[in-house]
Amino acid sequence: MVSLLGQTGRFALDQTAEMGRIFLFLVAALFQAFRPPAKIRLILYHIKTIGVDSLSVVALSGFFTGMVLGFQGYYSLRKFNAESWLGSATALGLLRELGPVLSAFMVTGRTGSAMAAELGTMRATEQIDALYSMAINPIKYLVSPRIVASLLAMPLLTAIFNVIGIFGSYVVGVGILGVSSGSFFSGMENSVVFHDVYSGVVKSVCFGLIITWICCYKGFNAPPMATGVSQATTESVVLSFVLILVWDYFLTSIML
Amino acid sequence: MIRVANLYKSFGAQNVLKGVNIEFASGKITTIVGTSGCGKTVLLKHLNALLLPDKGEVFIDNVDITKLGQKDLYQMRGKFGVLFQGAALLDSMTVFDNVAFPLREKTTTSESDINKKVAERLEQVGLGAMGHKFPAELSGGMKKRAGLARALIMDPEIVLFDEPTTGLDPVLATSIHQLIARTHAAFGFTGIVVSHTIPQVFDISDYVAMLADGVVEEISPPEEFCASQNPVVQQFIQGKTEGPIQVL
Repeated sequence: MVSLLGQTGRFALDQTAEMGRIFLFLVAALFQAFRPPAKIRLILYHIKTIGVDSLSVVALSGFFTGMVLGFQGYYSLRKFNAESWLGSATALGLLRELGPVLSAFMVTGRTGSAMAAELGTMRATEQIDALYSMAINPIKYLVSPRIVASLLAMPLLTAIFNVIGIFGSYVVGVGILGVSSGSFFSGMENSVVFHDVYSGVVKSVCFGLIITWICCYKGFNAPPMATGVSQATTESVVLSFVLILVWDYFLTSIML
Repeated sequence: MIRVANLYKSFGAQNVLKGVNIEFASGKITTIVGTSGCGKTVLLKHLNALLLPDKGEVFIDNVDITKLGQKDLYQMRGKFGVLFQGAALLDSMTVFDNVAFPLREKTTTSESDINKKVAERLEQVGLGAMGHKFPAELSGGMKKRAGLARALIMDPEIVLFDEPTTGLDPVLATSIHQLIARTHAAFGFTGIVVSHTIPQVFDISDYVAMLADGVVEEISPPEEFCASQNPVVQQFIQGKTEGPIQVL
């Protein structure tokens, strides 16, 4: 019994310490991000890797998500003779919820895992130690530019996901199921307000921060061996997914 | 002058350094030898505070670096060049950019001066034509030479070499040793070499220190080291399995 209590206490202490380390890592990265000199070239490079390189997967998933929403929305709305609200339902669902969450999942899977693996490999091959030994702060060089880039790229990716998703829903609703094009867009125009767009942008910025924060932390502190890198990659993706969903709940409840 | 005083370091239950005391003479090359896993690299990483001790001090020019704040620590690290065991070149950059990296990040040197200096260093290590290649395209020996060029690009006062010849054939190992000796003669840095390649590494060493069981067993010039009556030193030099060093 005492042993069980001891183990539980140790586990709780370890987890608390880990949370503290994760938080301090973020504070250090944000501090370095706003400290001159700005790493403009690195930020632009990471906007490319996070944003441009994720474009195809985000566009494709957005299109199919929109098409599924078109079918499911039509099926549900038809029960109330409200098919004409398909555009409105799709736009609200995408802008407020599905766009930010699903594009964040796509970026986590595609870019976040790559970040964790890259930084983990750099740890294992002493490249991070090499930066320290050259008197270069690895947080400023490796982490802060990625965080800034993701804060800029994520809202844009989400916007693209939303637009393509709405187009996918239009293709299904108007093109296949025969919903009137006019009612599709007029319903959307009447029901979507600035707050809906704004809340989606806030979410996407928060999710961008979570992805780079967690994935960089896990990679940066990966045990210096092959299994350590794979473990860090897995943990970074799982923890990012969980935090995105948890944070999504809180943001939704605040901004409803 | 580098002085290590009463240095202790453990990893979990494993006590690696158990009170290391050693002084490294300025402008000379000191080689640290010892059995695999005895803590040579751990000691080396304490010298520029890549690792911090559990107990003890590391003095660089009479400043205890274990107590420095982050800003002073980064400034102190500017005195060092490090050649890592696997060279630790940044694999997203070409060899040229790797060597130029500290200059671009830490100085306001113009790009034309950087180009000149990097080309000169690459030429000195025999990689004049390899600047455009990525680390993954280089052999082990070439990586070490590129790592050495990067370690020397800021004209450091102290250069740490972590097993510079491990994994290289004897001919290449000798050429790396000659390169270290040549660059030392040219730049006059304080060199600290961790190596297993004995007795060849003695040719470039002013002093040899042996680390055994977490402490410095002996430090002396190579000739005296080889003639030492210390049974630990003799067992190590002769590569015997019987003796005070427990192999298994």
